[in-house]
Amino acid sequence: MIEAVGLTKRYGQTVAVDNLSFTVQPGRVTGFLGPNGAGKSTTMRMILGLDNPTAGRVLIGGKPYKQLDRPLRTVGALLDAKWVHPNRSARAHLLWLARSNGLPARRVDEVLELVGLTKVAKRRAGGFSLGMSQRLGIAGALLGDPGVLLFDEPVNGLDPEGILWIRNFMQGLAADGRTVLVSSHLLSEMALTAEDLVVIGRGKLISQGSTTDFIERSTENTVLVRSPHLDKLRPALLDKGFTVREDGDGTLTVSGASSDQIGDIAAAGGVVLHELSPQRGSLEQAFMQLTGDAVEYRTDLGGTDGVADNFVPAGK
Amino acid sequence: MTLLAVERIKLFSTRSPWWCTLLALALPIGLASIIAANSNSDFPLTVSLTQTGYTFGLIVIMVLAALAITTEYRFGTIKSTFQAVPNRTAPLVAKAVVVTLLAGVVGEAAAFGALGISKLIKPDVALTLSSSTEWRNVAGVGLVYACGALLALGVGMLIRQTAGAVSILLVWALLAENLVTLIPKIGVKIQAWLPFHVADHFLNGGEPTPRGRDGGPAAVVYHLSPWGSLLYFAGVSLAVLIIGIVVTNKRDA
Ligand SMILES: Nc1ncnc2c1ncn2[C@@H]1O[C@H](COP(=O)(O)OP(=O)(O)OP(=O)(O)O)[C@@H](O)[C@H]1O
Ligand SMILES: [Mg+2]
Repeated sequence: MIEAVGLTKRYGQTVAVDNLSFTVQPGRVTGFLGPNGAGKSTTMRMILGLDNPTAGRVLIGGKPYKQLDRPLRTVGALLDAKWVHPNRSARAHLLWLARSNGLPARRVDEVLELVGLTKVAKRRAGGFSLGMSQRLGIAGALLGDPGVLLFDEPVNGLDPEGILWIRNFMQGLAADGRTVLVSSHLLSEMALTAEDLVVIGRGKLISQGSTTDFIERSTENTVLVRSPHLDKLRPALLDKGFTVREDGDGTLTVSGASSDQIGDIAAAGGVVLHELSPQRGSLEQAFMQLTGDAVEYRTDLGGTDGVADNFVPAGK
Repeated sequence: MTLLAVERIKLFSTRSPWWCTLLALALPIGLASIIAANSNSDFPLTVSLTQTGYTFGLIVIMVLAALAITTEYRFGTIKSTFQAVPNRTAPLVAKAVVVTLLAGVVGEAAAFGALGISKLIKPDVALTLSSSTEWRNVAGVGLVYACGALLALGVGMLIRQTAGAVSILLVWALLAENLVTLIPKIGVKIQAWLPFHVADHFLNGGEPTPRGRDGGPAAVVYHLSPWGSLLYFAGVSLAVLIIGIVVTNKRDA
């Protein structure tokens, strides 16, 4: 488990991470979502003790990273696949990492096999493709068979096959009961990978909770209705308190109602429907609105009825 | 112990240390052979003369040492290092031990190599290590290389960039210390305390005609004995290294 409390990091004038508190549970993939510059990488560096927090702390299984004995056995991380000496072979790179934490050379060959790099193990890492580098990074993270794993934008720049491989891999790791934190700036990607989400914007927590709830709430759900009798249907819908927007071409866009409810109302009024289709706003659009102004969103959150219970507003 | 092995793997699994090692051997030995080949009765070959090229090897060894740390910053492996061993002092000290040992061994090999090749080229000149001064002339080179490596590591830790660290070391050792002579009167007094001059005094001090690093007659009056000079050079180097380690512990990786 990872637990951040009031984590803050300032670089001169820039506040990269601002009083961030969240927890990451074992047994599931937790997405760490935020637009570019939100502070994801900075937070991950602080989790690993590489950057010192200006304030607050972050604990892994109850301990700060720097107090872990042979930490690669507890926490594996891939923050940047390029953190390898280009003239060193993949095997040599893993070998020194393994030695530093008292892991046998046998383990190096195991993880190379696991990520499918056995054949190129002796080649210089500088000549690796992005996908291969990423696999090497993952091999490094897995060396100590750790219970906690951090990945910073692991699918960035990968082809669909590579993305699928990493996604399945991370879900497999979580299924083993490990704590997996994966950062991304794409909600659409996280929707497929992560069960839980920690969402940040401008260094602040926006929300923490399950991915489905987040998507449900952050995208506007509307229903498109096409009917030759709109003049009869519209007042009936307005009566029930739904918001109706006339689209002009014989269709209405209804928000606040499910397609079931609209169908029932139409039937009750004897209105013929030619189309009744639920619409979902784009994930990316919704996400941009949310993170575009973190503070404003947080105020909205308090006043919205539909907020799922397991969403923890920032600061709690 | 494991960290020493780790740093050994890291050092020797890349190419630049091998090249530097080769160069640090080739330059002093090459220069010694040229000097030996051109020596004659007007320009007699001596033990100390065979070691003229030690400065070149020292510079190369310092570049090797600086690279050992700055490339870790350049390629981000320093982050993996501190991730694997969060107590930063431990891997940094291990690196210092490995690099210093290598520097010492290379220094001895270069020095005795230079002496050996001179003997081969001029078999009739008596190049024997008969006095303690002559031993110091030759065997001292490894010690100076080792201290120079510590100094360069410290500079590398502080600067973190290859170009910056190497320029500072080159300008310091080759230029700045010699330019101090230009300061009237006190220039030579200051020089007596400058680390690379003092290191040279350790190797060549107490000779009948001290060479002086700038080739001219030695105008610098050293206040330390040769072995005191080595301690001084070692002390300065160690101080820079310790500052480097302390700063690295405080900074973000
Ligand atoms: N070492 C540093 N020095 C100064 N500013 C920094 C440093 N690292 C990060 N920042 C700043 O902190 C903020 C957060 O950066 P960070 O890299 O953590 O964001 P991120 O969420 O990982 O973004 P991305 O999606 O682009 O990777 C940015 O404004 C960045 O410019
Ligand atoms: Mg980032």
